[in-house]
Amino acid sequence: MMKAMRVLVRHMRVFMKTWKHNLMYNVAEPLLYLSAMGFGLGLFVQEVNGVSYIEFIAPGMIALSGMYSATFECTYGTFVRIYYEKTFHSMLAAPVTITDVIWGEILYGAVKSILFGLVILGVIAALGLIKSPAVILLPLVLGLTGLVFAELAICFTALVKNIDYLNYYITLIITPFFLFGGLYFPVDALPPLAQTLNWVNPLYHSVELCRALCLGNLAPGLGMHAGILIGMAALASPFPVKLMERKIIS
Amino acid sequence: MDNVIIAESLGKCFGAFRALNGVSFSVRAGECFGFLGHNGAGKSTTMKMIYGLSTVDEGILTLFGQSHRLTPPAIKAQMGVVPQEDNLDTELTVLENLETYGGLFGLSRREARVRAQELLDFMGLSNKAADNVESLSGGLKRRLVIARSLMNHPQLVVLDEPTTGLDPQARHLVWQKLRALKAEGVTLLLTTHYMEEASQLCDRLVLMHEGLILAEGSPPELVKKHMPPCAIEVRLPFDSLPQDFADKVTAAGGEVLRVADALFLYAVDGKKLWDQLDAWGVPRHACFLRAATLEDVFLKLTGRGPE
Repeated sequence: MMKAMRVLVRHMRVFMKTWKHNLMYNVAEPLLYLSAMGFGLGLFVQEVNGVSYIEFIAPGMIALSGMYSATFECTYGTFVRIYYEKTFHSMLAAPVTITDVIWGEILYGAVKSILFGLVILGVIAALGLIKSPAVILLPLVLGLTGLVFAELAICFTALVKNIDYLNYYITLIITPFFLFGGLYFPVDALPPLAQTLNWVNPLYHSVELCRALCLGNLAPGLGMHAGILIGMAALASPFPVKLMERKIIS
Repeated sequence: MDNVIIAESLGKCFGAFRALNGVSFSVRAGECFGFLGHNGAGKSTTMKMIYGLSTVDEGILTLFGQSHRLTPPAIKAQMGVVPQEDNLDTELTVLENLETYGGLFGLSRREARVRAQELLDFMGLSNKAADNVESLSGGLKRRLVIARSLMNHPQLVVLDEPTTGLDPQARHLVWQKLRALKAEGVTLLLTTHYMEEASQLCDRLVLMHEGLILAEGSPPELVKKHMPPCAIEVRLPFDSLPQDFADKVTAAGGEVLRVADALFLYAVDGKKLWDQLDAWGVPRHACFLRAATLEDVFLKLTGRGPE
């Protein structure tokens, strides 16, 4: 497990070479949503919960970037490293275990969430949409978001044999998370059942935390959102290694 | 320590398929030990057990004096692995590939760079250090993978089909490097389905077929033990040969081996058999007389030709 850092260092060296191509889907997409919704739909929506529409949705884009970064890295990225680039085999020939390799993957997903989330934060700050110094805690939220989504993504990747099946995860799990996760409208607008279901949506908790930190609404409920994300990360933590071990070690 | 690897009755099943069926062998320190066999004979499964990608479910595998179900990092730290397929980091340059891999062994960036440069020199890749891996030819990639396997000064290097897909010149270069490594005292374990590679490099080898070891020894020993010294290849379709041809060869003291549509004759006195071919209705210009080789041992024991 300690040697997961060596795996992370390996990934970061590759990242230093490839980060420019990575910016596209991790950063461009949330910014496109922000501009379309914020500047377009925002014209028809006066205020949400006492703030302008673009102020309401902007923090959610940070969480969205965090979710996407870890998700894409630990689905498509991991799959390519296993089957196409055979990176897992080369790493496992070195003195590391499958546990190290998998935690290296998860940490890499979390680090990418922080980095790309911060790029979005920079853009939002430049637009003058940050209202509170509490935003300094944002990297923690992004790291936690990345951890949860990286763990989930690795579990799913361990279960599929064909790269096309990863689309199911994106369309059936990730897309509903961001459509109903309180990014574009407050979740209390949803029917009661959907509101209840949102409690198992990690992005919802991440969005609430990001919004509170950006706007300075530091209500006591925030601890609960953070606690739930930590709980999710802890609960999911044994499964990525267990499932991947079955796949990689014959 | 005399034996670097001792395998006792290794067995492995993948569902209903039995990949290894009681494989025992031992590899001495400093030798080049080979696994010769078809694809699917069980060579790669055995290699994967050694370098920790497959668990030892049946039998005992002892590496550097220790037995484990799955080879642990401490043992992998003494080993280098050249896998069947090149799995280099395509985003990185030649030098960066080695440096980054060194990091997985816990080398600092500086240590890794020094070692990487030594190895690029050794493998004749120094002028390619800054090149992107994708731009390398198959032979150069292979040499880089071998260089990478040496980053940790391994005592044992496991090479899974090190020259498959290389042109003859690139293959000879790889062989030269492997000989140089062996001269430095590194133990080499290699799998191949090239008879020539096995004959050129291996001090001892085992011949594997359908998860079993059929024979073991040095290449000359194996030929001597299993084959008469002379071989005649009959390069005519089997159906076009006289019906009683095989009987005549046998009556004259020769052995007949049919592999698919090809026919091989073996004899202690090959010349005597050769001189009679025309009289038996088989034109000599369609035949070829030569000394028996490892390939003949392979044909005889597996009942199939090499691929």
